[in-house]
Amino acid sequence: MALVNVKKKEVQIKIVYYGPGRGGKTTNLEYINHTYRDQIKSEMVSLKTQDDRTLFFDFLPFDVGRIKGFKVIIQLYTVPGQVKYNATRRLVLKGVDGIVFVADIQRFQRKKNIESLNQLYENLKTHNLDLFSMPLVMQYNKIDLLKQGVEVIPTKTLQQDLNSVLRVPAFEASALGGGNVMKTLKKIISMTLASIQDQLF
Amino acid sequence: MFSHEQLNAIDKVIKTHLIDSGVENVIYIDLAGNAITQQDNGNQTLDYMAFAALAAGNFAAVDAMAKLIGESEFSLLFHKGTKSSIHFSKVTEDTILISMFSKTISLGLVRLKVSEAVAKINAICGA
Ligand SMILES: Nc1nc2c(ncn2[C@@H]2O[C@H](COP(=O)(O)OP(=O)(O)OP(=O)(O)O)[C@@H](O)[C@H]2O)c(=O)[nH]1
Ligand SMILES: [Mg+2]
Repeated sequence: MALVNVKKKEVQIKIVYYGPGRGGKTTNLEYINHTYRDQIKSEMVSLKTQDDRTLFFDFLPFDVGRIKGFKVIIQLYTVPGQVKYNATRRLVLKGVDGIVFVADIQRFQRKKNIESLNQLYENLKTHNLDLFSMPLVMQYNKIDLLKQGVEVIPTKTLQQDLNSVLRVPAFEASALGGGNVMKTLKKIISMTLASIQDQLF
Repeated sequence: MFSHEQLNAIDKVIKTHLIDSGVENVIYIDLAGNAITQQDNGNQTLDYMAFAALAAGNFAAVDAMAKLIGESEFSLLFHKGTKSSIHFSKVTEDTILISMFSKTISLGLVRLKVSEAVAKINAICGA
């Protein structure tokens, strides 16, 4: 739930990048941090293992201007994707306002994507949240691998696997090169703001 | 959601009980990692947004560990450094108060002042 500070006239919104291990969640935040470094006042915080896997979360906050007089601060988080870290993933989801699901389009990750999405649903339930009423954007990441001849899951199949019931906006992306990273971000921000405006203002 | 009056009252409690007693920096956060309010003695340059996210994560992790060994919670959470130390205290189910202080003030005094402040903030939140 977004934190609204009526005294400072400020709203803090939490958006979490969720998905299977090595899918590219951290890479999304690194690209955003790198590209918008000048406009971001805070450092990106990454709690990671020695081999650069997310251990707890990445964190990147930035301002996106004012809405109805309130300064809006977006706080991006990633979860650790490795299967063994589910307890940690659940902690990071506390207070979430919007989610980007980063799927890995490599063929061998097909099952992992589905399992991760199912677990997201379960994890949200432990916070009394429902995935179906949560602002959500799908990102099918590593589309650049298609050109390199790597076996990937066709977007149509990904849509069937992950998005046939949810029916949320989806983007093919390449987080490493920045392809559609900002489009994904803008979409989730606008969806989250819309849902929060309904709740708050 | 805190009202304007509640936030003013909380700020006042933090100022009179903690900052005026020598605590350098106080952040009141929720467990989602948002800073609700922050106050310092004027000499601090902390990235308090990053700090709030890390503190909430740290607190949540310790809390989850407590549950695993059958404790409902650890009442004292304290990190001691050579120059500065950090004290965490749960206020409501959803919020924690974090106090940073240097060697010029003892842990005992900080604990006393924090518990006074926590009781007052609790009363404000319940009001
Ligand atoms: N080819 C390609 N590789 C990518 C892309 N995005 C990320 N990667 C690579 O995939 C690997 C994992 O990326 P991360 O961003 O660390 O993945 P993560 O989802 O944060 O992983 P966990 O922290 O373990 O959950 C890294 O080697 C990245 O360079 C992409 O768009 N294309
Ligand atoms: Mg990561």
